[in-house]
Amino acid sequence: MRRLLVVLASILMLVGCSRNSTPKPLSPAAYGTQIVEVSGGNQIAAAGSALPQPVVVQVNGADGNPVTGALVRFRGEGVEFNPGQALSDSSGQVTTAVQLGFAGDNYRLTVETPKQAGGTNGVNLRETSLGYEATLGEAVNNQYCVRCHDTESTPERVSNFDNLSPKPHQFTDGATYNLLTDSDLLNIISHGGLALGKSAQMPAYGKTLKPAEIKAVVAYIRAVADPPYQTSGVKYAK
Amino acid sequence: MGRTLESRVNDINKPATLRGRTTFRELAAFGVVSLVLLVSLAIAPAKNYFSDWRHYQKSYVKLAGERQSGNLSRNFKGGIRQIWIPKLAVVDRCETCHVNQNGALVGASDQPFRKHPPVPHDLDQFGCVMCHRGQGAATSVQEAHYTTEAWEQPLLPARYLNASCGQCHLGPLAGTPRLNEGRRLLSAMGCLHCHTVTQPDGNVLKPSDDPPPLVHIAEKTSREWIYAWIKNPQAYAGSATMPNFQLSDQDAADISTFLIAQSTPSPAVKNVPFPSTPVHAEAADATAAATLYGSSFCSSCHAVQNAAGNLVGGDFGPELTRIGSKVNADWLRRWLKDPGQYEPGTRMSHYRFDDKQINLLSGFLLAKKDDDLLSGVHLSPADAASVVRGKKLVTENGCAACHQINGVAPPQNFAPDLSLVGSRALSQIVFVPGMKHNLPDYITAKIHDPRSFGPALKMPKFNLSDEQLTALTTALLAQSDRAAALPHELLLPAERRSDYHPGGDAGRLMEDLRCLSCHSINGNGGDMAPELTREGSAVQRAWLEDFMSNPNTLRPALIRRMPKFNLSPAEIKTVTGYILAAYQAPGFDSQTLDARRLDPDAAARGKQLFYSKYGCQSCHIADYKNDKGYVGPALAGVGSRLTPAWVYQWIKNPDALRPGTLMPNPGLKDDEARDLTAFLMTLKAKPGGGAK
Repeated sequence: MRRLLVVLASILMLVGCSRNSTPKPLSPAAYGTQIVEVSGGNQIAAAGSALPQPVVVQVNGADGNPVTGALVRFRGEGVEFNPGQALSDSSGQVTTAVQLGFAGDNYRLTVETPKQAGGTNGVNLRETSLGYEATLGEAVNNQYCVRCHDTESTPERVSNFDNLSPKPHQFTDGATYNLLTDSDLLNIISHGGLALGKSAQMPAYGKTLKPAEIKAVVAYIRAVADPPYQTSGVKYAK
Repeated sequence: MGRTLESRVNDINKPATLRGRTTFRELAAFGVVSLVLLVSLAIAPAKNYFSDWRHYQKSYVKLAGERQSGNLSRNFKGGIRQIWIPKLAVVDRCETCHVNQNGALVGASDQPFRKHPPVPHDLDQFGCVMCHRGQGAATSVQEAHYTTEAWEQPLLPARYLNASCGQCHLGPLAGTPRLNEGRRLLSAMGCLHCHTVTQPDGNVLKPSDDPPPLVHIAEKTSREWIYAWIKNPQAYAGSATMPNFQLSDQDAADISTFLIAQSTPSPAVKNVPFPSTPVHAEAADATAAATLYGSSFCSSCHAVQNAAGNLVGGDFGPELTRIGSKVNADWLRRWLKDPGQYEPGTRMSHYRFDDKQINLLSGFLLAKKDDDLLSGVHLSPADAASVVRGKKLVTENGCAACHQINGVAPPQNFAPDLSLVGSRALSQIVFVPGMKHNLPDYITAKIHDPRSFGPALKMPKFNLSDEQLTALTTALLAQSDRAAALPHELLLPAERRSDYHPGGDAGRLMEDLRCLSCHSINGNGGDMAPELTREGSAVQRAWLEDFMSNPNTLRPALIRRMPKFNLSPAEIKTVTGYILAAYQAPGFDSQTLDARRLDPDAAARGKQLFYSKYGCQSCHIADYKNDKGYVGPALAGVGSRLTPAWVYQWIKNPDALRPGTLMPNPGLKDDEARDLTAFLMTLKAKPGGGAK
């Protein structure tokens, strides 16, 4: 009971702190049966920053065609949306700008549209915000790792990915990296692929990068992993 | 209240038995007053008891108890906690509520109990407000985080947090891309021509852009083009950094008239002999022209928009997409022949083009036209009044802060000093109605659209993305009072460029070729091409001479490459001799290495190491038939390019010879390094085939 009071009090305080109170809900002109992501999921931004691209979702009806005028609401802890709710446009879509919270973390965005019969249909998106350590890791990654671990080439930098055999894993490859422990990754980066019986073509960076930089690269790999990396140890529900 | 004050005072002076009887009313009044006093005395302890921080500390202990962290809740010591660092004027009580900074209670994800993410500094070393701002000594949520009447600096929003790193770290830092970008933009967008930004160590930030002098402008372009350009620079070149001054038609016409009128003939007219063949004679040979443009590697510095609208090429020199609509044909030919004659300070190299090549190239460039650009520009004939008005406008708008103009001195202190803009008092700021009243938003809005703060303001509108605005705001927020007051031993100054310039005949030649525009030597120069400070130890004479005459690149996939300057054999001898003599690495003699160790057995062992143990072929090509690595330079032919001593030292510790190189230090043992060197030195170039 007392805990409930504390929670209530903190909610009240939060409400009191925010200048703009909850906006009035829009009334939907139509209802859809399905909501899908069009674009904007799985982006990466610095902590507290806007995502580079907006999030676009689409509401479809039972016949699979887009629905105009359906209410779409965006939610996410610590995340700001502009707009936070809107009616779908003539192509059934809603576009919103997203600003992630201040903590370097994975953010789960929930996008919902009410059903005619009550309840909601929803879709979840995942966005990543990089804290200091992962940002440092990204800088090291951009300098050294991308040349082989990224398939994309730019005018300044030609990807070496296709020249290698066996192929390196892209850092977003959570299915592979999530199986390795932090100390495995630290070992491979510091002592090269051979340290874990992997390819000799992964060089040792232990004498090139500082220990903090190597740790930062691991933090970066963890931050961008897809599916997300679950930290070991207990994680209590919020 | 029947009795007068006088009688009451008299009562007090009488002995108790003679005093008047206290009425019920007096008693009641006395009781109320005592109660009020008691209550008012209780306010302070009650406020303390019901304070935010006590509430949070209680919740924390409860949370810790619930999560079976018995030790945590038992050993918890309540009360105000503070970090006190007298040297930095830090008194931070944030940890009073944020009790779980060290993450002792695992898994607490809600504020104020979230664990502080890993940062390179200890909290006890710098405190909290040094990075986060806010009021450190406050003990209520409102006062600590937000602006109050007595405190103007609220918490810094997370997206500007890099700014706080910039208070001590005055140069670029790997973990703060936004701060680095902001500082780069301050220099590159020309902000520093008008604004002064002095860092806490006294270093004054310098502009890095290269606005052209306008003293001979009439030779280069037309009045119409100047008009169109100053009306909207981005209409001519999307990548132009020149801002939009939002000039009226009349003002733009007057300025263009004045700029033409002040122009004087450049030495190029006299000194650069006019190529004899007419300019378009060879323009028909478009393929040859495009090949020459490509092989001269113009695109290392200059960009051209392709059919898809993307810029292709470097941003070191101006964009050339519509160059044909801008420049005068005679000027272009003289420029290509010897750019330094028109503009002594130019960063462009003096290519040794012959007249035929100049005609080819100028024809190729003049064809890059956009007829729409100037079709709408019809200026009335120049008159004296327009020149006078133009000069006044040029002076008022501060054009001479960036450009050299005859008869207009560069203005001093033209725009506000921004050295302390990061803690400008909100009370001194005039906000536009509807704007959020905080400093970061103000700075961003001011850069984004300066004229929205008043049409009479002079600051022009720059062409910046949202991310660039955030970066610039971050760099400016670093210029804070707190930073200026920091003890000097905490400051980490930016690495400063030296003023090194090569001397003698070779030095003059290297200046003429503008080697330092791209290469850095002894701490001075550009970062587009490899650093050459120790190049003399690295390369063999024959290879270097061959390379200077025909720079076949070591990394064929790159867009930015060393151009072919068409040097004469005598020039090549001069510059090669100087590089080999002057740019030696200390600590080893490049001409000697124990040659007896480089036997075939060692080479065979080295080959084994190269392919199996160290996987060098993932980045380098030793043999074009089998290897594909594209990160480092190709090593086929390296035995004819590099000296054995250099190879040995390099693979032992590349970073020592060229700081910041991509090549990791593989941690070789001495004999491994010797074997690898022996193998690499067997990779000789095929005669006549260059590096391949």
